[in-house]
Amino acid sequence: MTAISLKNLDISYGHTQITHGVTLDIAAGASFALVGESGSGKSTVLKAIAGLAPQWKGDIAVNGKPRSHGIDRGFSKMCQMVFQDPYGSLHPRKTIDTTLSEPLDIHGIGNQGKRVEETMAAVGLDRRFRFRFPHQLSGGQRQRVAIARALMLEPRILLLDEPTSALDVSVQAEILNLLKRLRREQGLTYLMVTHNLPVVSFLCDRLAVMRGGRIVEVADVAQLKAGTLVDPYSRELLAANKGHALESA
Amino acid sequence: MANVTDWLLDDSPASRMQARLGRTYRIVLALAKNPLAVVGAIIVALLIVTALAAPLIATADPIAQNLSQRLLPPSADHWMGTDELGRDIWSRVVFGSRITLTIVLLVAVIAAPVGLVVGAVAGYFGGWTDRILMGITDIFLSMPKLILALAFVAALGPGIQNAIIAIAIAAWPSYARIARAETLTFRNSEFIAAVQLQGASATRVIGRHILPLCTSSMIIRVTLDMAGIILTAAGLGFIGLGAQPPLPEWGAMISRGRTFIVDQWWVATMPGFAIILVSLGFCFLGDGLRDVLDPKQGEKQ
Amino acid sequence: MSALLDVKNLRVSFPTPRGPVEVVRGVSFTLGRERLGIVGESGSGKSMTGRSILKLVRAPGKVTADRLSFDGIELTAQSERQMRAIRGARISMVMQDPKFSLNPVMTIGEQIAEALLTHQTLPRSEIRARVFAMLESVRINDPERVAKLYPHEVSGGMGQRVMIAMMLIPEPDLLIADEPTSALDVSVQAQVLDIINEQIVGKGMGLILISHDLNLVASYCDRILVMYRGEVVEACKASELGQTKHPYTRGLLAAMPRIDENRDELPVLDRSAWATA
Ligand SMILES: Nc1ncnc2c1ncn2[C@@H]1O[C@H](COP(=O)(O)OP(=O)(O)OP(=O)(O)O)[C@@H](O)[C@H]1O
Ligand SMILES: Nc1ncnc2c1ncn2[C@@H]1O[C@H](COP(=O)(O)OP(=O)(O)OP(=O)(O)O)[C@@H](O)[C@H]1O
Ligand SMILES: [Mg+2]
Ligand SMILES: [Mg+2]
Repeated sequence: MTAISLKNLDISYGHTQITHGVTLDIAAGASFALVGESGSGKSTVLKAIAGLAPQWKGDIAVNGKPRSHGIDRGFSKMCQMVFQDPYGSLHPRKTIDTTLSEPLDIHGIGNQGKRVEETMAAVGLDRRFRFRFPHQLSGGQRQRVAIARALMLEPRILLLDEPTSALDVSVQAEILNLLKRLRREQGLTYLMVTHNLPVVSFLCDRLAVMRGGRIVEVADVAQLKAGTLVDPYSRELLAANKGHALESA
Repeated sequence: MANVTDWLLDDSPASRMQARLGRTYRIVLALAKNPLAVVGAIIVALLIVTALAAPLIATADPIAQNLSQRLLPPSADHWMGTDELGRDIWSRVVFGSRITLTIVLLVAVIAAPVGLVVGAVAGYFGGWTDRILMGITDIFLSMPKLILALAFVAALGPGIQNAIIAIAIAAWPSYARIARAETLTFRNSEFIAAVQLQGASATRVIGRHILPLCTSSMIIRVTLDMAGIILTAAGLGFIGLGAQPPLPEWGAMISRGRTFIVDQWWVATMPGFAIILVSLGFCFLGDGLRDVLDPKQGEKQ
Repeated sequence: MSALLDVKNLRVSFPTPRGPVEVVRGVSFTLGRERLGIVGESGSGKSMTGRSILKLVRAPGKVTADRLSFDGIELTAQSERQMRAIRGARISMVMQDPKFSLNPVMTIGEQIAEALLTHQTLPRSEIRARVFAMLESVRINDPERVAKLYPHEVSGGMGQRVMIAMMLIPEPDLLIADEPTSALDVSVQAQVLDIINEQIVGKGMGLILISHDLNLVASYCDRILVMYRGEVVEACKASELGQTKHPYTRGLLAAMPRIDENRDELPVLDRSAWATA
């Protein structure tokens, strides 16, 4: 079954068209990476799927159901998004508890206290953080809260927009391990935007390379690891990565 | 005591209540370290106590006339002297605090929420909603407050209720402007996008997520504006369009005392002192609140 | 070569209800017209070190230093007004969070123009040309469109490049770049760093590059400081970072995934193991 299917997706903001004919199929349970040039429209694709970029032509289907152009309540239980910036994605005046129970409140789900505690445990947040404010947490802890918030409604699909790029390597490792474990335990589907190819190798099984609003290549991660990507731009990215990697003894 | 403080300052509170109390305690603590704010808070607290306990504090009936005791200077019997109808000025000032407090509170209760909601709605929806709402706001804003209030009282007729309504009408547009400006700075932020994605309605996003972020600047602004509101009310009273005699409104008292300002200075000066003191109190408190609540000072990072 | 920046025993502390907390504890280093990297985990005090050089540590924070001299000027003795003349014109800083540091209600073009104008006056047409040229040089292909956008309308990586453009346009003597490229892919990153490099080589600018990306710092800088809990725990040449012995640096290195990753789980830092040692 396909979890997310995009066909000939053209997304625009005002008069500027950002993506051109994006076509992708992501199987349920897969972990799919979207990599590519900065400004090429990766985040925009995620936003269109989520309903935050309502101006598009083409088809978006999630779990076989066509998407409407806006945000709808039913969809929010199917698919959630984690944003890039752990500093900007939490409400500065709300405790972690309020942030996490808000989705339950919106959907009228009871037993909030227990669910909040369970989800916090699932993302490895200690109970003592529950009534803290975001400014009392570190970047990595905030990103865990953001992931927990996305998980509150028990969606099957997570859209991850550079979930670790603002974090340092040791925290990045923790978050990556967490995402890997959650997928294993809960059978989630990931569509993740990143510019970090090593992260793709660690977490994903397929990837698409974007440039200038178009998908230039879709490949298996095995190809990435073996360095056998075909498209010239993908090869350029890969080469830049290789040249960059540190020789550690 | 140490236990309670520890409990309040706990970095990892165990319940919503503790978190909330802890935050309040921190604010109070920070306020207490600011001497001007403390002075302001004391003055405002005094005003409230005076208004509540006016019958106990006053030494005489504020409207009882006694023509045999006209225009007496301050003495042990009449702490602030008496006016041209022989009424005890101290008692009138004390009872006047009730009127001042009512005006201030009602204006805050009417104008601040209206301005807040109009501004937040305009900022959140943008586009035509914004243009229309802000157009209306700007029309009001382009006129001086006192003159606007004057025009409304003239239209509605003199009287304390009408004065309150007029001042509120003159006051909300600046709140709407502030609320809109604040809303614009975070309406596109990711935490708002995140609640939208969870299926929250526009009402919920504005009510639960946007308004709370505007309130602290609003509290500061309203507190600082209190002085202006008191002065506007006094101004209306002074020209006879506010509270009507025999109500002991401070502005009206000054207005009547002005005839005797040379020989019986206390008649106009005593209520004047009250106005200055209370206005200053609100200013100090507002300044202190700004230092404590302004997110740029400490909250962020 | 005399040092461009000389920092000795820099300390930053914050008062808390339970007494002051030091977040930078006695950091010392000198910087010539070269590239110095500062790495370390989140919360180790990297940004605070950078900010305190510009005296930008916010209100309750207190900065003390035995010496903090920039090109012969003792920064600790400068008044706020004198500092304003130094900031931007002579030392500029790319802040960590571009979306936070950019004004959300002003367009990108206006903000870069403002950065340009704070220290000189130019005719309108020239400003436009300079702004577009700068945007182009940080690899923004359609500067005319982007100049008209508001910060929330640019992509994460573009926001960072805009910040870099803003900070380079006044041609400072010292650039402090706090995670300037964390949202950029390696190829754009390399190009943007080249722009910075041009100013270093051409104008003799000094650079402090704050980052948690060890690869980046190792391949781009001349020297590296590793910070942990507000202290410099290791200082080495960039080329030697791969051979470092310090357990903390080794931990950071091991926590990075690789392109041919086969591990099932990444090792995370075990802070308790050596923090007390
Ligand atoms: N709200 C908006 N209004 C107008 N243009 C926008 C808006 N949001 C994004 N854009 C434009 O869309 C393009 C793609 O942006 P997007 O955020 O999708 O890039 P990205 O691939 O995620 O890049 P990065 O890796 O830098 O985050 C950019 O040119 C950006 O300027
Ligand atoms: N206003 C403040 N009050 C108290 N502590 C603060 C304040 N601002 C920062 N700190 C603390 O200072 C320490 C150093 O912060 P700094 O921003 O320098 O970290 P960093 O090394 O830049 O981390 P990152 O990689 O996450 O940006 C942190 O532990 C932080 O909690
Ligand atoms: Mg992006
Ligand atoms: Mg930092």
